[in-house]
Amino acid sequence: MSSDQFINKATEAANAARALSDEVASLASEASRLVVDASGHTGGHSPLIMGLTVLVLAVFVGYYVVWNVTPALHSPLMAVTNAISSVIIVGALVAAGPAEMGFSEIMGFIAVVLAAVNIFGGFIVTQRMLQMFKKKK
Amino acid sequence: MSTDLSALLYLVASVCFIMALRGLSHPTTSRQGNAFGVIGMVLAIGTTLAAPGVVSYGTILLGLLIGGAIGTVIALRIQMTALPQLVAAFHSLVGLAAVFVALAAFHKPEAYGIGSVGDINVSSLVEMTLGTAVGAITFTGSIVAFAKLQGLVSGRPLVFALQHPLNASLGALSIILLVLLCTTQDPMYLWVLVAVTLLLGFLLILPIGGADMPVVVSMLNSYSGWAACGIGFTLQNNLLIVTGALVGSSGAILSYIMCKAMNRSFISVILGGFGAESDAGGAGPEGEDDRVVKSGSGDDAAFLMKNADSVIIVPGYGMAVAQAQHTLREMVDLLKASGVKVRYAIHPVAGRMPGHMNVLLAEASVPYDEVLEMDEINRDFRSTDVVFVIGANDITNPAAKTDPKSPIYGMPILEVDQAHQVLFVKRGMAAGYAGVQNELFFRDNTMMLFGDAKTMCEKIVKALEHL
Repeated sequence: MSSDQFINKATEAANAARALSDEVASLASEASRLVVDASGHTGGHSPLIMGLTVLVLAVFVGYYVVWNVTPALHSPLMAVTNAISSVIIVGALVAAGPAEMGFSEIMGFIAVVLAAVNIFGGFIVTQRMLQMFKKKK
Repeated sequence: MSTDLSALLYLVASVCFIMALRGLSHPTTSRQGNAFGVIGMVLAIGTTLAAPGVVSYGTILLGLLIGGAIGTVIALRIQMTALPQLVAAFHSLVGLAAVFVALAAFHKPEAYGIGSVGDINVSSLVEMTLGTAVGAITFTGSIVAFAKLQGLVSGRPLVFALQHPLNASLGALSIILLVLLCTTQDPMYLWVLVAVTLLLGFLLILPIGGADMPVVVSMLNSYSGWAACGIGFTLQNNLLIVTGALVGSSGAILSYIMCKAMNRSFISVILGGFGAESDAGGAGPEGEDDRVVKSGSGDDAAFLMKNADSVIIVPGYGMAVAQAQHTLREMVDLLKASGVKVRYAIHPVAGRMPGHMNVLLAEASVPYDEVLEMDEINRDFRSTDVVFVIGANDITNPAAKTDPKSPIYGMPILEVDQAHQVLFVKRGMAAGYAGVQNELFFRDNTMMLFGDAKTMCEKIVKALEHL
């Protein structure tokens, strides 16, 4: 075996070893991602189940809290729920967040504007109404 | 900011929103409640801005400024009579924002950690689509409600043949599109779905008449909450889910209260068409309207009320339209000064949205403890000398209790017919919103005061000053 051949063989072997190690590394990262996925959500529940749990409990809270609202304040209730439902701006901010401008960022930006109209408008109009219900001296 | 910390701050924001609704249980705590709402919102926005993926602060600030300025100007300028259409318009914005967020998430799922383009988790896709659909329905539905409340289109229900089959097939089509979207991940289906649900929202609200608008506004309030909820599932954000559920259940409860106050089932409101056949109301035989009514002047009314021990005012939407609430309060002040006990009775559907009449009276500086709900005051009518009905009609109609053939039969009413004397301020003899003639006009103890609500109040005020 000439030294050239030897070098070629050695290079091949080295390349194969590197490919293998890459493979292992990617497998390991895959495995760790799976582990994180599985452990990230308590007790191995899917995010859907966690979300449902929160939803059902929140509906109960909403039910009892809203029945306690005095009928005289049903209009302010509607205005304030309108304002807080604009918390959807959280999703809009994430969409509008990245530095480069693309389709999603534009969608996000429009959603931020729409939600902001609602947040400011909703809270201010609620405040205006509630101000009227102040006890007159 | 670590995800744990931001999740914790979102939780605090959720609690703030719950406190905001809780504060509304009494007028004295309500402003504090609103402050909680603002704090919650500031927390939610601040926490999101601190997230690692959010860097384009300039753009975001611009968006907040534009939106904030528009919202502030509108909220400060709006007349309280126009409140229902304002709320409807605001609902449409939430719906549209939900659609845009869902579209953004679909085109850039990595930003939300729900997969990659063309390979989005199926459950996220379903949640996203539901959020989009509800958002789109809320958007166009609210626009129709706004147009009807604002008087841009007729408040009459718009009914046409095959309406319900058409809506049902559009609904079915949306479900098919959802399935196709989940299996192929082709954005085209999402766009078609948006178009279909936009059309559906439009068609759903079109057939609903003006009298049912309080239910519709509450229902759209509920929808806007559920849309936020759907987006919350997609983004795996508990704050959105909690808030969406709060708003959703609040709107649903208000719709229920409104339906009950009109003795209408939710389904029949949704199917629409109420008030379309105004002459089909079987209240009484035709021609009965030729009967004579007693009519009086402002002087007569002033005399009767001044000499009464107790007076109950029953305001309706007509009072708001005539902007008579301030003059009405002047009249009441004069009566109270001469020792008459005056209270206000509010029917749950007086006005065009829940609680609308209470706000209008509060605007005219009427103390809230003089304003009573139907259940609190109905018993007192029989011991009341004079009832002053201003701008209300159907909610006082005794046919709702006595005439099973009447379209409003079974609707709870304010029992003004029990009082010794009823004064009815009305422009003319036209039937009410439900298209039913009011038996009360022809009673012996009823005096009609024909004229504009505000002008009539002014006349009475003048007469009271000279008595």
